[in-house]
Amino acid sequence: MKHKKHIDYTAAASSIFAIIIGLLVGLLVLLLSNYRQALPGFFTILTGALTRGPKGIGQVFYYATPIILTGLSVGFAFKTGLFNIGASGQFIVGAFGAVFVGILFKGFGSAHWIVAVIASILFGAIWGSIPGILKAYFNVNEVIASIMLNYIGMYAVNWTVKGYKPLFNNLRNESKNVATTAEIPKMGMDYLFPGSSVNGGFLIAILVVIIIYIVLHKTTFGYELKAVGYNRNASKYAGINEKKSIILSMTIAGAVSGLAGGLLYLAGTGKHIEIVDRLAAEGFSGISVALLGVCHPIGILFAGIFIAYLTAGGFYLQLYEFSTEIIDIIIAVIIYFSAFALMVRSLLAKFKKQKENKAVKKAAIGEGGNKA
Amino acid sequence: MEYIIEMLNITKEFPGIVANDDITLQLKKGEIHALLGENGAGKSTLMSVLFGLYQPEKGMIKVKGTFASIKGPLDANALGIGMVHQHFKLVHNFTVLQNIVLGIETTKNGILKMDDAREKIVALSERYNLFVDPDAYISDITVGMQQRVEILKMLYRDNDILIFDEPTAVLTPQEIEELMQIMRELTTEGKSILFITHKLNEIKAVADRCTVLRRGKYIGTVTVSETDKKMLSEMMVGRKVNLTVDKQEKEPGEVVLKVSNLNVMSKREGHTRNVVEDVSFEVRKGEIVCIAGIDGNGQTELVHALTGLESITSGCVTLNGEDLTKKSIRYRNTHGMSHIPEDRHKHGLVLDYNLAYNLVLQQYFEKEFNQLGFLKSDAVNQYADLLIEKYDIRSGQGRETKTRSMSGGNQQKTIVAREIMKDPSLLLAVQPVRGLDVGAIEYIHKELVKQRDAGCAILLVSLELDEVMNLSDRILVMFEGRIVANLNPKEVTFNELGLYMAGSKREEKRHEA
Repeated sequence: MKHKKHIDYTAAASSIFAIIIGLLVGLLVLLLSNYRQALPGFFTILTGALTRGPKGIGQVFYYATPIILTGLSVGFAFKTGLFNIGASGQFIVGAFGAVFVGILFKGFGSAHWIVAVIASILFGAIWGSIPGILKAYFNVNEVIASIMLNYIGMYAVNWTVKGYKPLFNNLRNESKNVATTAEIPKMGMDYLFPGSSVNGGFLIAILVVIIIYIVLHKTTFGYELKAVGYNRNASKYAGINEKKSIILSMTIAGAVSGLAGGLLYLAGTGKHIEIVDRLAAEGFSGISVALLGVCHPIGILFAGIFIAYLTAGGFYLQLYEFSTEIIDIIIAVIIYFSAFALMVRSLLAKFKKQKENKAVKKAAIGEGGNKA
Repeated sequence: MEYIIEMLNITKEFPGIVANDDITLQLKKGEIHALLGENGAGKSTLMSVLFGLYQPEKGMIKVKGTFASIKGPLDANALGIGMVHQHFKLVHNFTVLQNIVLGIETTKNGILKMDDAREKIVALSERYNLFVDPDAYISDITVGMQQRVEILKMLYRDNDILIFDEPTAVLTPQEIEELMQIMRELTTEGKSILFITHKLNEIKAVADRCTVLRRGKYIGTVTVSETDKKMLSEMMVGRKVNLTVDKQEKEPGEVVLKVSNLNVMSKREGHTRNVVEDVSFEVRKGEIVCIAGIDGNGQTELVHALTGLESITSGCVTLNGEDLTKKSIRYRNTHGMSHIPEDRHKHGLVLDYNLAYNLVLQQYFEKEFNQLGFLKSDAVNQYADLLIEKYDIRSGQGRETKTRSMSGGNQQKTIVAREIMKDPSLLLAVQPVRGLDVGAIEYIHKELVKQRDAGCAILLVSLELDEVMNLSDRILVMFEGRIVANLNPKEVTFNELGLYMAGSKREEKRHEA
């Protein structure tokens, strides 16, 4: 147990290290572009999200909801040995499922939003299962398959929305509003964070984080999925149906990404499926969030909130005549360094050992093994 | 000084372990010096230090009387030190010639000039009696030949200090004999040889002196002619070791495993062929049947066919009278079949899982450990602790240890414990002691005999003649996918068995075993 905790601690430490380096690089960029305003600008990044009190915090949670889920999708697949780079496609296909049900299936009354959310999960799951099936039966690399499915998903959704009259808002070149019954209820979030866009979707995201955590760490199903991820041959030897595991793992990852799309487009904040040839950014943010959260569900939860926090703060950078792209640079640097998590981890371990050695040398009877 | 290499008081530490603790190794010019030790004794670390892969914390290295600072393999090579690795470092779709010159190709204006290299290689192979065809592809020549290529690689680089890392593990008895001869010839030509092994027979046969390591410590250096195998093994293990397996006579019971007319086709390098051909045999309760043969004669595929890892083309496998031919792997695993796989890293363990998780790899889904889809971690932990205690599995952090960080012997014990605890009626053990040291071998052999005495049917696949002769009640020899002999270990000699394995001798009438 002690050992396990120790590992978690260094993993978190490497993420925090990456964050610090990322922020420092951000400061450097600010200094280079306008050194007079750099410090207040930097301060804004760090605290901007809080300037408007509960509303600001609510807004952070609103931004965090989809990227926590796409992060979870990528992280979950990664834990089971698969690199799901197709979160973007699953996200938009899931969003389409939600919007489709949200606009057309008005007969469900107060359960309408639930049906729409379920539709997003199903659509995402189907989209995610395709690379899983290709991998399991034809040994097609899931990275390539899921990248391609990002584009197929995006264009298919654009085409369908544009081509199917009841869904399409001709004037604005985007999908129509979903019925108000399909919007996610606030679930009390409006009392906690009055005036913000956050809704029950954030609570659903947290619930999914917990479910994924339990599945991965407490169930025999998670045991199988991880075993297949670590060693496909040994899993086969142990009688695990490794093809089924791969497909299920990608299906679940797709379902979670699809849910992310559903929750965002059902939030009732004026989000519509726009007909543009651009992959959903939330999918790729998911990769960042998963990396920063070292693919652990709880880590991903915090990483998602953190990145949303920076994004919200960065919005106010415009007050100082900086462009918000600086936030993207900072996030990119953070991700860049958290991708070096392993290297950082070994550096930390080395540093620690040196420190211990010194301590031992200095005090001949020094007890170096005292760990935090 | 007459010493060509001196490693003096080498100490190398890794986090939490002292891999080499004040070790001194002195190699005389023109001698064969054996380096003996169990797995984890520090042999590989010591050699890595010599090759500059690790820098020692203390100690120094002298080559030919002068202090040398070795920062990497290139430095070592420049000092004339060469090594034949246990797993050969050859490019399989290159020819022998190309492999030998790889890295130091002779060129003219950027164009390869192979003729000089070819001449030199032919001259070297004549001088040392190392005949190989320079234009043959590595993938087409035998393992013994591949080893010769490795030796030629060292000679081509004018190395005069040659290190052999467990060179006999992959060879047949005849090939081992030839290798020994080659080693002797090399020393008469002035080369010095460092020979890493844990096989005592070979040390007795070929080495002049022997340095023994145990758990990172230097135990001593002895002149081989003045010592015997018992003493060497005691130095290595630190206690008295029983080198032969004690086994009572036992009359085998009813048939447990029955294999009839089994065929397995396999795709290899583009074309399909029968890798297991019309194989039929039986294994009875309370007997150890050993499948002997040189690696790659269909043993792996046969075992995979029995366990369901590979599909069969035709034939029938029955266990306790039940036809298993079409059953799933899980069904076989839960209906009396246990399997100690050939490759413990590929099949036997999920290396990134901890010890406890690996110990339940075949049972996590059973009622004992599984409640409504949730893993009962308390039950898993209890069970793991029980097995760790019972089978003396040693590791850094008990059941929480990642199996990747455990020694080979303890990894193997983990698998053996897991498979035996299932109380199988048939135990398939494929090279169960591969790469293990004397202590672990003794342990696992005892455990197999214990299972046999308890009424388990054991099918043992082994490449090691000692193991075959010591352990088995009956020997089946496999050659090119067929069973070519069904022998009684008491009536066959080592040499005869070697001839069967090499395919140069076949039984006149094929026994339906």
